[in-house]
Amino acid sequence: MNRFVALVRRDLALGLRQNGTMVATLTFFVLAVALFPLGVGPEPGILSRIAPGVVWVAALLATTVSLDRLFQADYEDGSLELLLLEPLPLELTVLAKCLAQWLLTGLPLTVLSPLLGVLMQLHPDGLGVLTLAMAAGTPALSLIGAIGAALTVGVRRGGVLLSLLVLPLMIPVLIFGVAAVDAATQGLGARPHLLLLGGMSVGALALAPLAAAAGLRLAVE
Amino acid sequence: MTLTGERLTCVRGDRLVFRDVDFAARAGRALVLTGPNGAGKSTLLRLVATLLQPRSGRLLWQGSPVSDDPDSYRAAIGYLGHLDAVKPTLTVAENLGFWAQGDQAAIAAALDAFALADKAPLPARFLSAGQKRRLALARLTVKRAPVWLLDEPTTALDRRSTALFAAAVSDHLARGGLALIATHVDLGLDEVDRLEMGA
Repeated sequence: MNRFVALVRRDLALGLRQNGTMVATLTFFVLAVALFPLGVGPEPGILSRIAPGVVWVAALLATTVSLDRLFQADYEDGSLELLLLEPLPLELTVLAKCLAQWLLTGLPLTVLSPLLGVLMQLHPDGLGVLTLAMAAGTPALSLIGAIGAALTVGVRRGGVLLSLLVLPLMIPVLIFGVAAVDAATQGLGARPHLLLLGGMSVGALALAPLAAAAGLRLAVE
Repeated sequence: MTLTGERLTCVRGDRLVFRDVDFAARAGRALVLTGPNGAGKSTLLRLVATLLQPRSGRLLWQGSPVSDDPDSYRAAIGYLGHLDAVKPTLTVAENLGFWAQGDQAAIAAALDAFALADKAPLPARFLSAGQKRRLALARLTVKRAPVWLLDEPTTALDRRSTALFAAAVSDHLARGGLALIATHVDLGLDEVDRLEMGA
């Protein structure tokens, strides 16, 4: 457990010191959403209709952009081999790195999402649910992304390949994330959608570390 | 304390790297791997570090196969590969701190042993190649592993640093540790066995 916490702290320290990646990811998220009012025009009806989808798609893309360095830096400088020899099982090592990655991207994305909802003139009833849905769904995005990051770790310029691998797997999160907000703005209950999102995150929590660890073992061989 | 390899054969892709390599490393002695470039010294060390699996043959730790209890074997080895695993944005002390599990006394001792004490608060990106290598060697000592697997440990080291390293290895052997070292440099060690690997 100590090693788990130590690894999370190390990754957080690394992420915060090279905060270029984190700032770039969040800026990408805000800019991608902010382009829509400019492109679509300021007509309130259209913007508020597409707001949940736009925010979620931007969150998916921003997460994918931030993921390609998840294991790459450790792979390139030799730390990954040493982490493999650590007493901490590789699955937990993956989980620790995902947790740090989520704290550095998923959590800020969640915090920013209501502001972007306002920018997109989302109905006020939807803002709270959008935040909740992001909180429930972004862990699944980080965990699913970790599988792709592990599979592309030895690949030079693997970013594009990573997107091709993980974006299709993220579609269910997108669908239910948007459905939750739509339900809330139409006065229906968002609870079933939120529960499904949470369920996806829990499922990814159980399965993604196994898959990612297997990918990393292959990469080091 | 013994670490032995029996008829180890390694195949990478379709290429045979080495065949039927036997070795025996004993407590208090260093086993130096020599041989031309491409002879498979690094591959053998990676194989002994369990980062690679042999195609055939067995690796025995304390007389029983490593595959029976890989975790306790991994806890006993310290591996130093070609790469230094140094994070440029962390300070020298923080780089060690993660691997030393916060053992401050061990960190201070390791920094002293490799003449890095005055660099401790500096971010590691300011270190030269040789200083980074010394930091990697210091990381090896903080784990206090009885088995050292060292791949060209003296790369980028100047003469004085090489002497510091040789002293660390002697100290390790004197405390009953064993070491497998792939190197072309004469470290001036007393207790040395040699394993010549063919190309």
